[in-house]
Amino acid sequence: MAEVTFLEGLRQGLREEMERDERVFILGEDVGAYGGAFKVTEGFQKQFGESRVIDTPISEAAIVGAAAGAAHLGMRPVAEMQFIDFISCAYDMLTNYVATARYRAGLPTPMVVRGPCGGYVRGGPFHSQNPEAAFFHTPGLKIVYPSTVRDAKGLIKSAIRDDDPVLYLEHKWLYRRIKDQLPEGEEIITPIGSARIAREGKGLSIITYGATVWKSLEAAETLEKDGVSVEVLDLRTLLPLDDDAIIKTVKKTNKVLIVHEDTRTGGLAGEITARINEKAFEWLDGPIMRVTAHDVPIPYAPTLEDFVLPQTDDIVTAARWLADY
Amino acid sequence: MPGSTSASKAPPIPAGLNRDQLLEIYRFLRLTRTLEERLTALYKQSKVIGGLFRSLGQEGESVASAYALERGRHRDFLSPLIRNLGSLLVMGGKPAQILRQYMAKDQSPTRGRELNVHFGDLEMGFLGQISHLGDMVPVMAGITLTFKMRREPRVGLVYIGDGATSTGAFHEGLNFAAVQRCPLVVIGEYNGYAYSTTPERQFAVKNLADKAKGYGIPAVTVDGNDVLAVYEAAKYAVDRARMGKGVHFVEVKTFRMKGHAEHDDQHYVAQADIERWAKNDPIERYWNQLLTNGWAEEQDLKDIDSDVRDEIDQATDACVNEPLPPAESALKDVYADPPAAERLWFRGMNG
Repeated sequence: MAEVTFLEGLRQGLREEMERDERVFILGEDVGAYGGAFKVTEGFQKQFGESRVIDTPISEAAIVGAAAGAAHLGMRPVAEMQFIDFISCAYDMLTNYVATARYRAGLPTPMVVRGPCGGYVRGGPFHSQNPEAAFFHTPGLKIVYPSTVRDAKGLIKSAIRDDDPVLYLEHKWLYRRIKDQLPEGEEIITPIGSARIAREGKGLSIITYGATVWKSLEAAETLEKDGVSVEVLDLRTLLPLDDDAIIKTVKKTNKVLIVHEDTRTGGLAGEITARINEKAFEWLDGPIMRVTAHDVPIPYAPTLEDFVLPQTDDIVTAARWLADY
Repeated sequence: MPGSTSASKAPPIPAGLNRDQLLEIYRFLRLTRTLEERLTALYKQSKVIGGLFRSLGQEGESVASAYALERGRHRDFLSPLIRNLGSLLVMGGKPAQILRQYMAKDQSPTRGRELNVHFGDLEMGFLGQISHLGDMVPVMAGITLTFKMRREPRVGLVYIGDGATSTGAFHEGLNFAAVQRCPLVVIGEYNGYAYSTTPERQFAVKNLADKAKGYGIPAVTVDGNDVLAVYEAAKYAVDRARMGKGVHFVEVKTFRMKGHAEHDDQHYVAQADIERWAKNDPIERYWNQLLTNGWAEEQDLKDIDSDVRDEIDQATDACVNEPLPPAESALKDVYADPPAAERLWFRGMNG
C-alpha cells in the first residue's frame, strides 16, 4: 500500500488503461511535452509517444470533434479540457454531435472528456466552474464526478472502458489535498451509475458529490457532537443518477439536505428533489432543502468566493435547521 | 464499325480515367438527378415527411469529387452534406435507403430518427452530417487522424458550403487537421447562396480557397460544373493526402439551382442568374463532352438513363408502403447501456 493523492490516483488510472489498451490515446492543450496544466499526464508522452499523447491547438470544438471521429473508428480517446470552464467552447460538439451520435446514426462514440473543475482555489470566474448542469440535461452523455482517490482511479478506468461518451469532472481542490492508500496489484474499478455511502447515519441524509462530500463529512462530525446522526451519500455518477441509492437513504433517515458547489438555479439539486418527490414523498418528515453556491459567477477575492460558495458552516447550519424541523 | 472508328479518333480520356469509369460517373450523375426528381414527386404527394433538399446543378461536383476516392469496405471515408446526395451514392449508399430516410420508414438506416441524407455507414465509409454546419470538419479531422495513427493508407473527404466557412468549427477543424497533417481533402462548395445569403454578406474574401491558404493548406479553385475538372483536382488532392502530404482544399464554383429546400421559391435569386447557370448544367455538359469527344455513344447514355429509371422505380415500389417505426422504439439506443430510456409514468395509465 502506498499513499497517493487524488491526482495520482487519476494518473494511475489513465496510465493503466493506456498500457492495457493501445486504442486509448490522449489529446488536449499542453498535455504532451508539458504534461498538462496540472501535470496529470506528466511523463505520458515520453512513455507512450507523440502519437498517443497529442498536443493540440487551442480548439476545444476541434479536440472534442476529432475525439468523436476517432471513437467512431474504434479508438478510445481521452480529451482533456485544460480547465473544464472551457468545455463550453465545445458545447455544440458535445451536445449536438457526440451525445446524439448513437441514437441518430448508430455511431459508437466511446470517448472521455475530462478536466479540472471547481472552486475554493481563488480561480475567479473562468477557472472555478462546475459545468455539470449544462450537460446533465443532455440525453446521450454520462457524467461522473469522483471525490475520493479510489474513485478518481476507478471512475477514469470505467469511463474509458464505457461504450458511451463520458464527462469526467475532477475537482482541482481535491487534486493534492486528498490522499489515500491504494492497494497495489489490485485493479480498481468504480462502476458508473453507482453512488456510495460516504458515512452511515440515521437522522438526516446529505446527498452530495465532488468537493462538498468532504465538507459534508466535516459537517457531519460537528453535528455528531450535537447528537445529530448524518448519513452522507456521495453520488459519484451524476448521469445517470443512482435513484435506488437516493431513495434508500431517504427512506432510512426521512430528511434530505442536498449539497452542491454549483449554483442553485437549474442545478442538480432540483432534479434530485423532484425524483424524491415522485418516488418517496410519503417517507419525508420535512422539506427537501438545498445548500448550493449563490446564483452569481464565481468571484476571485477570498472574501467574495468564500461567501458565494457553500462552506462547512453553511452545511452545519442548514442540517441543524432541518434536524430540528 | 462506326463505333471503333470514332473511338480511334477520340482524344485521350483525361485524368487517367477509362471509358467504363466515364460511363459509371455518368450513371451516378443520372442516378442522383432521377432520385431527386422522384423525391420531388413523393414530396408533392406528402409521402416525404420533412423538407426536401435538392442538389440540382451541383450533382457534378458531388459525384466527381467522391469518385476520386477509393471505394469499398474499409477504404476511404467521406462526409456528405445536404447537397451531396451524389457523393453518398458513389460511396455505396442505395436509393432505397434515401427514399426510406425521406419517408421516415422503420427500415430506414436511422429507423426514422433522422432525416434525408443524415445517415452513414462506417464500413462503406460515409458519415451522416448533423445540421450544425462546420461540425463535420473536426469530426473528419479525427477520422483521418485515426488513419494516420494506425498507418492506414486511407483518405477522408469533407464538404463545406460557402456559408459554413463562417463557422468556428470549420476553422478549428481545418487548422487542427492542417497542424496534424491529416490525410484530409476539403471540398469547398461555392454555390452562391447560404439559404438566402450571398457570399458577399458572408465573407470578405473572393474565393473560399483564400481562407484555406491562411492555414498553410494548398488550395485550388475549379469550375464546379465541369465534372472532369473537379475529378482531376480532387484526385490530385486525394493522391497527395494518401502520400502523407496533409490537407488539400479544392474549391468548386457552382450554383444552387433550387431554393434552400423545396418550400423556398428563391425569389431572392435573379432570374438572369438562373437562366445563365441553366445553360451550364453539369450533367448536360458532361453528356455533350462524352459524345463530342467520342468517349461514348448516345445510345450508351440513353441505356443508362433507362436503367436508372428502372432502379428508382423498383426502389420506390420496395419501400413506399412500408410502415413508420413503432412509437416506443423512440426510447431505444440513446446509450449502449442502458439500452432504453425510461418510459414515463403517465403513459398507458388509461389502459
